[in-house]
Amino acid sequence: MDKEEILKEARKAIIDADKAKAEELAKRAIAEGVDPLEMINKGFRAGITEVGDLFGRGELFLPELILSAEAMKGAADILTAALPKGTKKRRGKIVIGTAQGDIHDIGKSMVVSFLQANGLEVYDLGRDIETQKFIDKAQEVNADIIGMSALLTTTMSGQKALIQELKKAGLREKYKVMVGGAPATQRWADRIGADAYGIDAADAAKKAMELLGEG
Amino acid sequence: METKLSSATKEVIIGDDLPTVLIGERINPTGKKKMTAALEAGDLEVVRREALAQIEAGADILDVNVATPIIDEVTMLPEVVQAVMGTVDAPLCLDSSNPEALEAALKIYKGKPLVNSVTGQEDVLKRILPLIEEHKAAVIGMTVDDDGIPNDVDRRVAIAHKIVERADKSGIPPEDIIIDCVTMTVGADARSALVTIETIRRVKDELGVNITLGASNVSFGLPNRDLINGAFLAIAIAAGMNCPVINVAKMRPTVLATDLLLAYDKNAMRYIRAQRQSR
Repeated sequence: MDKEEILKEARKAIIDADKAKAEELAKRAIAEGVDPLEMINKGFRAGITEVGDLFGRGELFLPELILSAEAMKGAADILTAALPKGTKKRRGKIVIGTAQGDIHDIGKSMVVSFLQANGLEVYDLGRDIETQKFIDKAQEVNADIIGMSALLTTTMSGQKALIQELKKAGLREKYKVMVGGAPATQRWADRIGADAYGIDAADAAKKAMELLGEG
Repeated sequence: METKLSSATKEVIIGDDLPTVLIGERINPTGKKKMTAALEAGDLEVVRREALAQIEAGADILDVNVATPIIDEVTMLPEVVQAVMGTVDAPLCLDSSNPEALEAALKIYKGKPLVNSVTGQEDVLKRILPLIEEHKAAVIGMTVDDDGIPNDVDRRVAIAHKIVERADKSGIPPEDIIIDCVTMTVGADARSALVTIETIRRVKDELGVNITLGASNVSFGLPNRDLINGAFLAIAIAAGMNCPVINVAKMRPTVLATDLLLAYDKNAMRYIRAQRQSR
């Protein structure tokens, strides 16, 4: 199998949500000397991006999306471990959770899967998290991005509060802030001064990579 | 156990062996651009029309929620409740997580409303139960607490017990508590509907209270959601859920057929009448 073919197969394995195949291809790529980063970016990530598009268009559904993200993570873990020492890039770090008072976390969990699938180091705080805890965790792990999900119009104010608290603490420039959730919009993100808004899990992962300069 | 709710002129009874009571979910701006824009502009015509449409579709009670990021619920909820009371005669379900907004709406409500909702969270119980008692309202209690939504039946049932006990201490009788056993999507966890159904059975069995459900979440992320929602409603009604919060126009036929099969519709008169009307 030449490189182009392996990349194509990798993409397909993710769309088919075939974890065993994806992991086998990851190992094969390493054995055949394909650059692991290229394998992730042009192979598997291309697949997960397409899965996100298909989900957005209503052609793939939530259980399929979850399985694809799992396949992607399995393959990405193998390839990341194979990166030669020294050349191993520092992976982007993101702290994520749902806003205080918000117990809805399916969307946030999907975003976590997609971020991990893209090779980010994800610190998932869970749901119904105090605003200050996002900041404390980001400080503790030296994060690049803070992401807050809100599924209720009443908890969206937490996203605004996060940005205000960061400003107050003089930390606004230190972290990129991403927001998402059913009632959130690009307009809302602009209004509260967030750095990015993700309309769905795939879009959130894409925007996170862009914020890290890896889009 | 019978939960009696009323408007100024009409009483609705929720109880075992009675037809399932339908709570219309459509007066809620979340995900509705037109209603959001109208409410934010203070235009209540869209709300009045939605109220009438749901009553025509067969709703027994209407849920009223006006939360958007920029609306002041404390002034808007009573205004909208007033407008709906002036348009239809069904009892209302006052839906907000803002205690001041609930208090303001309770003050102007005529009759005995349902309040949506309390949870097992301490601060919520402390703040809202006295309001329910003071205004002699009924309240929905969600099986959620400070640790989020439990994914096992035992913990959900324990929260239901806690809510009923705390209400009792505040002077609210169990017939004025309606438990929401909480629905998560089967798209993310295959067992999530089973957990809800088993919780309904246990709560009914151990507490005997009436039970509601916001059923549509169960199908999130899946194709043909109405089909799944309808099947889930039928199972939940058979398990003891008797007042779902739903899109009435879409789900009423399924509920009527289910009630017929469970002998909540003597001589099938309700089902036959609805079929004749829809011809």
